[in-house]
Order: sequence, then structure tokens, then C-alpha cells
Amino acid sequence: MSPRSKPRPRRAAHRPASAATRPADHAEFLLELGCEEIPADMIPRACEELKASLEKHLAAAALSDGAVVEAFGGPRRLAAVIRNLPLKQQDVVREVTGPSKAAAYDAQGLPTQAAAGFAAGKGVRVEDLFVVKLPKGEFAAARQLTRGRPTAEVLREIAPRSLAEIAWPKTMRWPAPGNPRFIRPVRWLVALFAGRVVPFEFAGVRSGSHTQGHRFLGRRSIPVTNSADYQSRLRRNFVLVNPTERRQKIQKELEALAAAHALRVHADEALLDKVSYLNEFPAVIPGGFDPSFLELPQEILITVMRDHQKYFAVETPGRELAPHFLAVINSDRDRRGQMRAGHERVLRARFADARFFWAADQVKCRLADNVPKLAAVTYETRLGSYAQKIDRMRGVARALALDLVPALSQAEQFTPRGVPLDRVSIELNLDVVDRAALLSKCDLVTEMVHEFPELQGIVGGLYARAQGESEEVAVAIYDHYRPAGLEDALPRNLTGCVVALADKLDALAGCFAVGKIPSGSSDPFALRRAAAGVVRILVERRLPLSVLRAVEAATAMLAVHNSRIARPAGLEARVAEFVADRARFYFQERRGYAADEVKAAMAPGWDDLADLADRVEALRRIRVTENFPPLAAAFKRIRNILEKSAAEEAIPEAPDPARFAAEEERALHAAAEAAVADVARLKPARKYQQALERIAALRPVVDRFFDKVMVMAEDRAVRANRLALLRNLLLEFSVIADFSEIVTAVTAPKKT
Amino acid sequence: MTRAAQKPATFQDLILRLQQFWSARGCLIQQPYDVEVGAGTMHPETFLRVLGPEPHRVAYVQPSRRPADGRYGDNPNRLYKHTQLQVILKPSPADSQELYLQSLEAIGIPLREHDLRFEEDNWESPTLGAWGIGWQVLLDGLEITQFTYFQQCGGLDLDPVSVELTYGLERIAAFLQGVESVYDLRWSADRSYREVRWAEEQQFSAYSFDLASPERTRQQFNLAEAEARTLLDGYDARPEMERPRFPVLAAYDLCLKCSHLFNLLDSRGVISVTERAELIGRVRQLACRVAADYAEQIRFRAGASA
Repeated sequence: MSPRSKPRPRRAAHRPASAATRPADHAEFLLELGCEEIPADMIPRACEELKASLEKHLAAAALSDGAVVEAFGGPRRLAAVIRNLPLKQQDVVREVTGPSKAAAYDAQGLPTQAAAGFAAGKGVRVEDLFVVKLPKGEFAAARQLTRGRPTAEVLREIAPRSLAEIAWPKTMRWPAPGNPRFIRPVRWLVALFAGRVVPFEFAGVRSGSHTQGHRFLGRRSIPVTNSADYQSRLRRNFVLVNPTERRQKIQKELEALAAAHALRVHADEALLDKVSYLNEFPAVIPGGFDPSFLELPQEILITVMRDHQKYFAVETPGRELAPHFLAVINSDRDRRGQMRAGHERVLRARFADARFFWAADQVKCRLADNVPKLAAVTYETRLGSYAQKIDRMRGVARALALDLVPALSQAEQFTPRGVPLDRVSIELNLDVVDRAALLSKCDLVTEMVHEFPELQGIVGGLYARAQGESEEVAVAIYDHYRPAGLEDALPRNLTGCVVALADKLDALAGCFAVGKIPSGSSDPFALRRAAAGVVRILVERRLPLSVLRAVEAATAMLAVHNSRIARPAGLEARVAEFVADRARFYFQERRGYAADEVKAAMAPGWDDLADLADRVEALRRIRVTENFPPLAAAFKRIRNILEKSAAEEAIPEAPDPARFAAEEERALHAAAEAAVADVARLKPARKYQQALERIAALRPVVDRFFDKVMVMAEDRAVRANRLALLRNLLLEFSVIADFSEIVTAVTAPKKT
Repeated sequence: MTRAAQKPATFQDLILRLQQFWSARGCLIQQPYDVEVGAGTMHPETFLRVLGPEPHRVAYVQPSRRPADGRYGDNPNRLYKHTQLQVILKPSPADSQELYLQSLEAIGIPLREHDLRFEEDNWESPTLGAWGIGWQVLLDGLEITQFTYFQQCGGLDLDPVSVELTYGLERIAAFLQGVESVYDLRWSADRSYREVRWAEEQQFSAYSFDLASPERTRQQFNLAEAEARTLLDGYDARPEMERPRFPVLAAYDLCLKCSHLFNLLDSRGVISVTERAELIGRVRQLACRVAADYAEQIRFRAGASA
């Protein structure tokens, strides 16, 4: 049976459906770079950069109109598809000016040598030159036509340039023509425009039309013609090029396998991201382990599974860890059960190790016995060892606790109604705090943390509990590295909060003192995270501490324990400013306050961040009320008036009621006095919203004042008196927030 | 991919099989170096041969001593001395990964039946001034090989770049033989790993953790270093024509001794943090000087034969 004897309708149907509707003068570009395994974490970023580079170069080549760029990748390839590209660039006509008319044409109006030279230089005939009138005079000009180049030609330049522009964290060299540098050796290139190869060379490899399938399950050389058959042929060869598809496949299989055992997957988005970039064709297989390992703390078991083996832990509906795991394999299926057996064996050995470390640590010594060993562990060259850091932390923790104890008993009454007290306890025992600070770093010299550094703190907490330390101490040690980011949980008890603050404040004070200050993307001691942690603990645990005093406690300890650490002038203020800057970021990015709200609330002060949180919240609530925007506009106007007149006018301390000339200014003064008295009562009680409402209620009086009263009166004394009235108004009512910082749509009346 | 061979039944069969495989691919089969080293990279066949332009292919077994990893023979997976099989392909061929994967099939691992991945793992040795870029190779979750494109050695940029394959033989053997403890491996038809090596693990752990004299170990370090320095200074003092035959190789042996003695002091727990950095710096200085001098000797040889 000859294939030719039969019509082959299926072939025709295979053509992409959009081909018919797509204009024939547009086509698609497919680019694939085949590479030895790219580190999984770097792939998403590289795809973004490739896309951005292509878009940039297309725009520069006037080819970006209507073109849609997509980039994606996996461990062995980066790919990009540009749809809807014109077949050639548009022709462009450009007008260029040359010599002045006087130089280009002689008295008879005939072109001179200069004109001929200019025309030749621009590639036009001299008779096609014309004269343009410019502000500088009249000039000879030429109309230059740049013919659009075929897109394929442009792509030959753009594609290698875009690949070269991917900024990898670390590149390597390998033997290839031209001594290329890339993340890993490049092994093949596919570049097809309108189905034809776009020839170029990159990293010593020439572009072609053949891709490669899965290392073991797919074919070695697969011809492709466009993005649709690129994806489908690769799928048949066990490569899913689309990361979203890989992720969804993994997620679906994880859930199905867990459900089959009436269990659930221990959710882990970061791990899911990672494994979807580690495998070309991921599949999930189940595995189990000896239930006796469940005696080990869950944290350790999960860390071993997640960080070391990239397995998903599985738990019962009651959130108890189950003796099972789910592994993502780089294959379609576990043909003979070998993969499962292998993964189970490795996990068994890892768990046995962990059990060995646990037992060895318990036998060797108690946590407290490790304190002297910390003298041999460097924290930072000039800041000394962890033993010294612990000494400093104990001092800072004590200072914070001493401030907190009285403040807390007082602060209880200020907790706004309706806001739950987000604290486990409000009791703070100085000895307990000191014990927790003393033991906080002792797990750094245990076998367990040596093996699993990511479990620092957690191991200390677990050991403390196992060795009979109080629960308050154990939990505080366990939690003291928290929060690790904007999303991470906070220390659960108050002792933990104090130790965590002491740890972070010491890091900030110490590193600023020795000049290890974060700049740009470089922040090796994670000081931004430390400062953000300070902010979150103070705000979300509602701890009424002074930032500046806390920082001072930390810098004071620097001198106590190491006289060699110089304390540059202004150190405390700089550290506090750094914390304030993180607070600004936190309130805007994490809490969703507008930039002007945060600025306005920080203007009168930010030393008490829990208090700042209350004020900014009150401000957000008041700003949507009817009276507020006009009042804010009026305050802005007052500030402008005062700024303009500050230099010339001698404004008295307070306005003299006897000098008031207009009824409206008398009224404003009286209303303001009453409001000041009320605010003075409300503010210490932290009834900020009521206070702000009280101020906002001044609006009609303020409006009438500005309607009827000319501030800049002829009479010098009257004028100064009015300015004094306004200045006091601004001062008295900016103690909660500086209204004049609030951006309003209302424009105040022009008259002054 | 080729058909996977039968699994080697013993530890020594595994070694023979890999040597045979690499021998058939043009590798010189060298012997382990006879100075204590922490890794196959320190063997002069790697450390010195990756320098300079001459192509080189070599494979050898290297017992590697890591005093701090000893566990008195009590831990089924951790050893004072483990066995590496090291392969150097210089320059690294375009099919390095393919060749490596074929070697796995040659030792009876049918890849279609296993989950194999190359996961980022860049290698660095501060004492040798050497680093490379590459992966750990995971077979069903087990790290079996370090695969590295060597970028720098003794502080010198390498040109051409070599590929370095380091097989962890105990792990691979345990995988192939399906045993849980390294000591249960069959070394030969009638001997177990325990019979061959257990006493060594117990005794060297005891020596390096508990009994090595810190003072005398330090003295040995200082002596070896002084001897190496004297040699290297001597090299610098020689006129060019006398340099090609100068014993830079002996200076390298002394540098290796320093490295091992440093490891011993480290496992003995007697090195403070500052001293640690300082000692590493001193060993690296020797390694970098050796590398520079040896690279010069290579140039002399190339000049002489041209």
C-alpha cells in the first residue's frame, strides 16, 4: 500500500489552526539553547532576562509592534518564541540636513562642491537635495531611505546578543571555539524563523533545526519546524518544555498519591518550584520509611526530606507526620521499582545519620556545656566569637527586658479595642530571658547543626526541651532566628521576642560599627532582614519599646565586651534610621498603607513602632472621611505660608487674642484651643482616631478663616499674630501625623 | 545509550570495571598517590597535569583521608578514609556527560530504570587555590559522583579546561550490592569491606580525634612547610636553564603533607578560627607557588621540544 495512493487529510488538519487567520507577512521565531544542566534556581530568572533582552532588541529594530515574546525553560534548555513578527522591517525615510544654503548653492542657485559631497555621502543624487528652513537658518537637506532589512537577518544579530545578555550569578569556561563563557556548556541551538533556520553562532555552537529529547527516554536528534511541533515532539520524547505544565503534573500526582493513602502533602511551594525546574519530565513516586524514625522531631525529618532529598513529606489529616514520602523523579515511571527502592534506601541512611547525631549530641554534653566551645566559632572577624556575641546578647536582652516589664504593665490599657492581644504571655522573667540568651547559640557546635545548618535554633530548642530546660526557654531558643522574612512566623513567646530582638540588634549595631553596611544588593549579614525582623516583632507583638534606646543598648554592649570595636559618631542614629527605613517598607509593602500615610505618621516620630502602627491605622481610617481631605489641603497651605514667610517675619511664640481683628480668626483660635485640650487628653490614651476626628471637625472653622481672613495683612503686627495662630495650629495638630504630607485631590483656595 | 552490563559483584570488580572502561577511552591508568591526600584532586596526576596546554587523560583510584569524617568504624556511612575513582579528561570533550553516563551502564546501572539527575554543586578547595563548576550526580537520590569542569588550580586559570569525574566508590558499591552499611560490602569473593578496613577506621579515628600530639603535629607541619619553602625559594634562585630539572615535585609532596597535617590538627580540635584561616593560607601559598613553577617547567619543556 503506497502512502501516496491515499489522500491524507489528517496531515492537513495538523497545520496550526491559526495559520489561516494569521497575515502571511508575519511569522514566528523559535529559539532554543540546549545546555548541560542549568542550576534549577537560576532558570526562571534567566527566562525573564532572555524575554526582556529580546523585547529590547526587537524594539530597537522597530520589530516589536504586535510581536509577542514568550520565554521558558528547563534543566537542559532555554527557549523563546516570538509570535507575529513581520517578515521584514518597514522602510524608513529620514530627513538629514547638510551644509547651509549659502554654502550648498552658488549665486546662480547651482549646487556647489559641498552640496555634491553631502549628496554623495548620503547616497542621494545632488538634484534630489532640497532646502529646509530651521531656526538657525536655511540648509540643504536630503531625504534618505533606509530599506527595511529582512527580519531573519535582524534575528541573526538579535538572538545571540540576547542569549549573551543573560546575567548569570556565576559563569564558566569550557573548551569551545571562541572561548565562550556561559552558565554551563552550550551543546545545541535551534533558531527557526518562518520554518527556516536563522544561521548564527553562539558559544561555539551553530544554530540548526534539531533539538534533543530526554537523556534516557527520548531521541537524540529531533527535527522541528515551529513552536507547536517543537512542544509536541518534545513531549513525545519525554520533555515538557513548559514549566507550568511540569509544575501542574507534579502537583496533581502528589495530591493523587497522598489521597490514595488518605493522607495529605505537607505543603511546600518553594520545593514544588524547585523540583519543577530540576526535571525535564517529572513524575511522582511514593516511598516509605520505618515508623520508628518518627521518634525523631518532625522538624529534623522534614528538613532531611525537603532540603537534602527534595522529597515531599506526607501527613495525616490530623497533621501528624506519616512514615511516607513522595519523590519527584526525572522519568515517566518507575519501571521495575528500582527508583523507589533506591530513594527509600538513601532516606533510611540519612535518617539513621540524624538519629546517630541526635544520640551523639545527647551523650556528649548538655547544651550549656557548649558555651565555652563557642569561643572557637567566629561570628565576624572584628566582632569576635559567638561566645562574645552571646555575652553581648545577654546584656541587650536584659536591657530590653528591664524596659519592657514596666512598659507592658502600663501598655495593657492602651491596646485598642477589637485588636486581639497577639501575645502568649505578658510576663517576663529576667532570669528566664538570660538563660534563653545564654543557650541560644549553643547548638552551633552540635553534630546535628553541623550536619543540618538550616536547623540552627530549632535544634537548640529541641535539645533544650529534651534536657529539661523550661518550656519558655526551649521555645525562645527554637524561635529566636524568627522572623526569617516578611512572611515568616514570629517568636511565639515574649522571652523569644526579647532574645530575637537582642540577636538582631547586636547584628545591626555590630555590623554598622565595623562598616559592614548593606549597599545595593550586597547584604552578607542579612541586616535588612534583621531590621525587618525587629520592626515586625515590635509592631506585631505590640511591644512598647523605644527603637533608639534598644539600639543604644546594643551599641553600649559593643564597648563592654570588646573595647577594640570603635563606635563612630552618629552610629546609634544611623542604625535607628536603618530600622525606620525597614519600617517604612514594612508598612507600605506588607501592610498596604499608602506612602503618604506612612510618611505623615512617621513625621512626628517613629521611635515607638507599635505606637506608629496605631497612628498610621487611625490616619488611614480618617483620611476617607468627609472633613479630612479639605483639612489636609488647608494644613498643606498653612505649611506653605509659613515656609514662605519664615525668613521675613518675626512670629511671636503664641498669638495674642487681643490683636485678632476678624471674627473668623477669633473663632479659629477658640476652636483650636478647645481641640488642643481634647487632643492632649486623647493622645496619651492612644485614642488616635478620636483625636484625629476631633481635629478634622475643625474643618468648617478653618475653611471660614481662609475664606474671610487675609493672612498676609498690611499691618505687620496683625500679620505676625495670624502667622503665630497658624503655626501653633500646625504644631499642635501634627503630633499624631503631619496632615500636610497627605496627598489630596482638593486644592485649597488660592487667596492668602 | 548502550545496553547496561551485568553488575560487578564486588568492590574490586567495580574498580576493575571502571578502569577497564576508561582505559578503553584512552585514559592512562595510574596508581594511587603514595602521600596522604584528602581527595583524588590532590594527586599530581590531577593537580599538576591540568596545568598547561598538553592533552591528558587519566584514571586512578585514590584512597582519600579525611580525619574529621572518621567515626571510629561505628557509622555505616562515614569513613576516615574513603575510596575515590578519579578521571581527568583534558581538554573536556563535548560528550563528557555522555561518556560518564556510559560508564554507569558499564557498571551495570540501566539508566532507563533509574532516576538520574545532575544537580548544581560547585567545587572549591581553598587549600589548593582550586575551584570548578559542575554538579553532584544523584542516582535515585544518592550522590554518586562529583562532576566538575575545572576552572582554576593553584590560583592559575586553566586553559584548556579539564573535566574531573570523582566517583564515590563505597556509595556506588553499596548501591550495586544493596547493602545498608559500607562494612557489609563484599570487597572480593571471600572478603568483606569490614575485614579489609574496619581496624583501620577504628584506629585512625582514635589517633586523629584523641591521640595525635598537637605539638608534634604542628612541628611536623612547620618542618614540612619550611622544607617546601626552601625548595621553592631555591627554584626562584636558579638560572632558567637549571629550572626544568629542579624538584618542584618534591615541594608539592611537602605541600600535601602540610595539607594532611592541617586536617589532622583540625580533627583534633586544636585550631582556633584565626589560626585556621592562617594555616589554610599557608598551605595555599605553597600550592600556588608549586603550580606556578610547574607551569613554568611545562613551558620550558615545550620550548625545548619545539
